[in-house]
Amino acid sequence: MTNNILEMRSITKTFPGVLALDDVTMSVERGEIHAICGENGAGKSTLMKVLSGVWPHGSYEGDIVFENEVVSFKNIRESEEKGIVIIHQELALSPFMSIAENIFLGNEVKRRGLIDWNETEKEAALLMARVGLKEKPQTRIMDIGVGKQQLVEIAKALSKRVKLLILDEPTAALNDEDSAHLLSLLRHLKGQGITSIMISHKLNEIASIADTTTIIRDGKTIESLDMAGGQIDQERIIKGMVGRDMTHRFPEHESKIGEEILRVENWTAHHPDDKTRVVVDNVSMNVHKGEIVGLAGIMGAGRTEFARSLFGHSWGTNISGTVYMHGKEISVHTIADAIKNGLAYATEDRKRFGLNLIEDIKRNISLASLDDFVKHGLVDDNEEYKVANEYRMSMNIKSPSVLSVVGKLSGGNQQKVVLSKWINVKPEVLILDEPTRGIDVGAKYEIYQIIQRLADEGKGVIVISSELPELLGICDRIYAISEGCITGEVTRDEATPELLMTYMTREKAKI
Amino acid sequence: MSEQAVEQSSISRIRRAMAGVDLRQNGIFLALIALVVFFAATTPNAASITPDNFSNLVVQNGYILVLAIGMVMIIIAGHIDLSVGSLACLIGAVAGIFVVRPLEQDGWGWLPQMPWWLGIIAAIGVGALVGMWQGFWVAYIGIPAFIVTLAGMLLFRGVALMTLQNTNIGPFDEKFRAIGNGFLDKENALGAAIGMQDINATAMVVTALGILALIWNQFSIRRGRIKYEQPVEPVIWFYSKLVLLSAMIGYVGLQLARANGIPFTLIVLIVLVVVYSTVMKSTTFGRHVYAIGGNLNAAILSGINVRKVNFWLFVNMGALSALSGILITARMNSAVPKAGDGFELDAISSVFIGGAAVTGGVGTVVGSMVGGMIQGVLANGMNLLSVGIDKQMAIKGLILLFAVAFDVWSKKRK
Repeated sequence: MTNNILEMRSITKTFPGVLALDDVTMSVERGEIHAICGENGAGKSTLMKVLSGVWPHGSYEGDIVFENEVVSFKNIRESEEKGIVIIHQELALSPFMSIAENIFLGNEVKRRGLIDWNETEKEAALLMARVGLKEKPQTRIMDIGVGKQQLVEIAKALSKRVKLLILDEPTAALNDEDSAHLLSLLRHLKGQGITSIMISHKLNEIASIADTTTIIRDGKTIESLDMAGGQIDQERIIKGMVGRDMTHRFPEHESKIGEEILRVENWTAHHPDDKTRVVVDNVSMNVHKGEIVGLAGIMGAGRTEFARSLFGHSWGTNISGTVYMHGKEISVHTIADAIKNGLAYATEDRKRFGLNLIEDIKRNISLASLDDFVKHGLVDDNEEYKVANEYRMSMNIKSPSVLSVVGKLSGGNQQKVVLSKWINVKPEVLILDEPTRGIDVGAKYEIYQIIQRLADEGKGVIVISSELPELLGICDRIYAISEGCITGEVTRDEATPELLMTYMTREKAKI
Repeated sequence: MSEQAVEQSSISRIRRAMAGVDLRQNGIFLALIALVVFFAATTPNAASITPDNFSNLVVQNGYILVLAIGMVMIIIAGHIDLSVGSLACLIGAVAGIFVVRPLEQDGWGWLPQMPWWLGIIAAIGVGALVGMWQGFWVAYIGIPAFIVTLAGMLLFRGVALMTLQNTNIGPFDEKFRAIGNGFLDKENALGAAIGMQDINATAMVVTALGILALIWNQFSIRRGRIKYEQPVEPVIWFYSKLVLLSAMIGYVGLQLARANGIPFTLIVLIVLVVVYSTVMKSTTFGRHVYAIGGNLNAAILSGINVRKVNFWLFVNMGALSALSGILITARMNSAVPKAGDGFELDAISSVFIGGAAVTGGVGTVVGSMVGGMIQGVLANGMNLLSVGIDKQMAIKGLILLFAVAFDVWSKKRK
């Protein structure tokens, strides 16, 4: 009998065409804080979803042993009954309900079939005291900040008699003060015998709080590091996260870099819901003709926010800064302006923001450049078909015809439709946000080739990615962004994963 | 080649041929034809297909179909408009004040009396202004169209009642009434000139021209698509569809010619259908409407000015509601407080029977017209069969439910 509360043995999970988890084995000791590190897409979240029953027993291979007993959860409810509670990055609270109502949502305190509100609020107050939340139980969720909402989630977990608490990037959206409070709460809960698993990108936090750190890379567990004694520093973790073979995953390419096309100076944007929160902080950057520029940052660093605020102010409020195209200042106040002045932005979330999934390939490709197809006031359907078909051939979009509905295509082919759409507005600079997210390796290679072809045609390309190997493999120059600031700029020759990861995790205060 | 193989290859040939055919759009059209045939067979003396009944069908449903044209555009964009019936009533009253002006004692005396044509234009203008009011709240303030138009439904009905002061306005000028009640060359002057007294010659000429225009249009579209190597419907299907359509138009035209000729309402309707089908299919505005309904976020990020599109959709709906109000008023020769009551629901169900999606992004003008006609033929046929209003309502409800259920089912099956 070991002192392990949890053992995951040889967990393997595949999605169609993707091996998400490959023989993952890890164990968590009772009463410890166990950190899981890895790049975006390494498989951390999938592993936690397997553990908590989001992916039910049978959809994966391997065994989960919880409290010395093999478990087979069919859904989240069953894992919660055993005392495993997961708190997701996007909090699952109902904004219009009170704190007390949220804590007992789905688990209501009832007497004779009716909810006992007095008991509910009394219990809630006790739980709130345990997590150090100083609010009234009646306060609505929408009236408290993200930091306090996080505490409500933990209180909710406690109400379910949690034994193993899983937190997915709990401090990603928190300010320093709230983060510090959360971390000390985790230490406090540890004192009460509650085990925690924390997924985090913030290496300084991991170094200060974790007892053990497990590193996952490409769906495999690389190593488990014992953090006791303080011998493991951030560099050591970074090395584990990024060290891998990088040959042959990227097409060979030599960029012919010309004069400067795009220059952005002192770009600042604030959060639309919280106008005092600076999300993009005084960013300055440029792109040359034929150049592929990377923008490296962890999720929430402000990469997408920067790109979208630049692309026609489509994100954020209180945006300031200047944009120059070929040395001339341009307006990007509306998306139409941005497109007209030579910018294009392909979103990271193609299903929500990129494509009309119920429409065919042809009409998706033409949507942003529809005016170019107008003859005598009417859209020329034949010309549209011809152009779309040319893209289908040149981009190798796999479908019987351009009249196929986009929603039925695979991720890689959908991404090619998005790229076709934006290439057809004939931009000078394309911003590609996570262009290979959710795409299998073969299609990734093709997307890289397309990006390189665009550069060869003399366009500037900005690639936003949280996959460092990808940026290192295709970019001529990489900016690192952290907490909304550019924290470093490296050329292809000097770039190493370690250097970039150091820049990406650098705190704002230290630059 | 073995027998089995031959059979298989012919099946696959048929399957391949059918792939070019839009079954959903065609299916509802076939349902309409089936309905017409059904009532022709069951009504006493085939009363449902007499020349006069055909004429009535068009005139009685014209104002709903006009509303359905605007409504399908609104629904494709993901909105709804509950106020169109009330607005039609209000505009009927406004047109009455413009053209008949019986309410001088109520403070409208300063308004100069307008000739009938100016009255119509001005009333449509007022409808567009009301549409701007609604479009402003939906597009620029961001209030859901359901709320804005529910408020509008009460508001416009209220203003209409205030304007009418619980009375009717009428009677109207002969020429004003013609738009709802009149026929092209009713006296058959052309027929008299060429010696065709029994049948309306103008109607026959117009029908023939219409058929020719349709054939020319279909051929030129097909030729263009072939030139660009676009897939086209199988030849046999294309020709049989053209023959069938021409025969049907010819038949309807003939029946109308044997009655009073072509109603002005029908002419207005055909012009609107042609114009708005083109707008929705082949203008950037129409494409933007589909894009907004299909994925709002993607539309915004594609540089579409969503507010502007939504605003003009409601302005357009206001103008079409006004036209519908004028048609009702002209037909009844009087602006009455109950006019247009419940028309919004008829228009909305026409659109959904016609294949539009509740979630937006899908639908056609022609489909909505067929949907509207299905309801019209159904009501008309049941009247002729003396089915009570109670049963009529129940059947109408079931038809709507089943039409949409069929749509959902056929989509899931794919």
